Amino acid sequence: MPKIVFVSSDGSEETVAVDAGTSIMSAAQQHGIEGIVADCGGSCSCATCHVYVEQELADRFDPVGQFEDELLDTTACERLCNSRLSCQLVMGDHVDGVRVEIPESQM
Amino acid sequence: MSGVVIVGACQAGLQAAVSLRELGYQEPIALVGDEPHLPYQRPPLSKGFITGQTTSEQLSLRVGSFFDDHDIDLVTGERVTGIDRSTQRAVTASGRELAFDHLVLAVGAAPRTLGVRGTDVAGVHDLRGLDDAEAIAAGLKEAHDVVVLGGGFIGLELAATAAGLGRSVTIVEATAGLMGRAVSPAIAATFLAQHRARGVDVRLGTSVVEVVHDGTRATGVRLSDGEVVAADLVIVGIGASPRTELATGLGLDVATGVLVDGFARTSDCRVLAAGDCAQHREINGTSLCVTSVQNAIDQAVVAARTIVGDLESPYAATPWFWSDQYDLKLQMAGLPQAYDHRVVRGDPASGAFSILYVRDDRLVWAESVSKPGDHVLSRRLITQGSAVDVALAGDPSVPLRDAVLATTTA
Ligand SMILES: Cc1cc2nc3c(=O)[nH]c(=O)nc-3n(C[C@H](O)[C@H](O)[C@H](O)COP(=O)(O)OP(=O)(O)OC[C@H]3O[C@@H](n4cnc5c(N)ncnc54)[C@H](O)[C@@H]3O)c2cc1C
Ligand code: FES
Repeated sequence: MPKIVFVSSDGSEETVAVDAGTSIMSAAQQHGIEGIVADCGGSCSCATCHVYVEQELADRFDPVGQFEDELLDTTACERLCNSRLSCQLVMGDHVDGVRVEIPESQM
Repeated sequence: MSGVVIVGACQAGLQAAVSLRELGYQEPIALVGDEPHLPYQRPPLSKGFITGQTTSEQLSLRVGSFFDDHDIDLVTGERVTGIDRSTQRAVTASGRELAFDHLVLAVGAAPRTLGVRGTDVAGVHDLRGLDDAEAIAAGLKEAHDVVVLGGGFIGLELAATAAGLGRSVTIVEATAGLMGRAVSPAIAATFLAQHRARGVDVRLGTSVVEVVHDGTRATGVRLSDGEVVAADLVIVGIGASPRTELATGLGLDVATGVLVDGFARTSDCRVLAAGDCAQHREINGTSLCVTSVQNAIDQAVVAARTIVGDLESPYAATPWFWSDQYDLKLQMAGLPQAYDHRVVRGDPASGAFSILYVRDDRLVWAESVSKPGDHVLSRRLITQGSAVDVALAGDPSVPLRDAVLATTTA
């Protein structure tokens, strides 16, 4: 099972192992990771699942889609080049161990 | 202390339990649901779940271990059948008794049934829960002709999904427009055109008088004009009614839903209600049931705060909702209401645009089609009560946040 390392805005880390095919948002929500609000439950409608993805593995996820791109322009914390909506990041062995930073705020 | 008993273990019930723990509540919490599943989200049921894009595991809102870790006593597959206010106990169908200091009703809504002949044969489904969605997904694999009764959000999403799978689809809607009072006529017309353009046969102002069958399976539906439309799968999506039986049994004030104030309190302050079963005594100047994920979550958070004694801020969330049909993303912020200016932002013919409604210079309601960025900003501007420049707001080359008038704090 591929693993995700969540790094909270205070620097603390939590590692979660999930089934391949699970989105990073779902993994966070199901395990009660704080700071990923995910109001719309992953339908790319709300922009409250914003994360910063470890640069090295960032390119291995599917590229940013049009709706995601628009939503990333509205996030509560600044959009950086490694900003993604975690509901659009699907886990698999190719991204095992990926580190994602959770921004300070989502709303 | 006996703690909290939450009846209904889905979107609102789960949120109430989670929020109570987040707020430091230390007494026992029992979260009792009659479905056999872990608390799960319903929106994908009419969307990605039917096509297999979303699996049942992915619907769960929390993993099983979360409940032990947070000392939440999750009881699944148990129906609460009675509540005694004087002894403060809830009783389940299997005879289990649960004592409470506070009770949260988060029992949701039940699908409305079609009061016509023939609905009890195979091939006729309604959609509220995971088990219904599994049955519809299985039925769709074999079906050729699908009839969807009801042109509301769920019906339209299912129609879009079925059409996307190449099925022949007919939508039968009793009123003159799609999605009822939840959207403006312009948006209803946009979606009507989209469904028709994709080959869906939409019958407005038409009702079904009978499900026609061969004794065991549905073969079609007879319409109010006498025509029989062939169907091997009939999906009934004519809305849902708040479940109010427990509240009525308790003698609480009930209208369409269980009436609650801004602190999610029913007419008995030890009993709270949240989500689809509740009716706001007052929201935007009227009394209303708001049935959405947003309302379920926000009202459950308020209920949890009330239980821990925090009565600082009543429910004030900006309502919002989304519906995915085909590749179109419909999103609403605020509730339909009176306005002075209607601003169309972007070209409706392009398939991506927003309609903004302004009253007293403030944005009060917004509808977006495939413009999620506009939607999120609209929500924010509505919540902040921002004054907007109508001309700038109507110019899609100007980011919506730049249409805010400098005199406001947004
Ligand atoms: C197919 C579908 C698609 C949807 N799509 C969207 C969407 O895109 N966006 C959106 O915002 N909203 C959507 N909704 C609405 C949203 O899912 C609901 O508003 C939300 O689930 C309400 O949460 P709730 O907890 O109040 O009720 P529910 O989720 O209905 O949960 C209530 C639970 O209580 C249980 N229960 C009832 N009585 C008892 C009892 N006596 N004892 C024990 N348990 C009991 C029920 O079985 C149920 O599990 C959709 C709904 C459906 C059905
Ligand atoms: S969860 Fe809403 S956009 Fe990702």
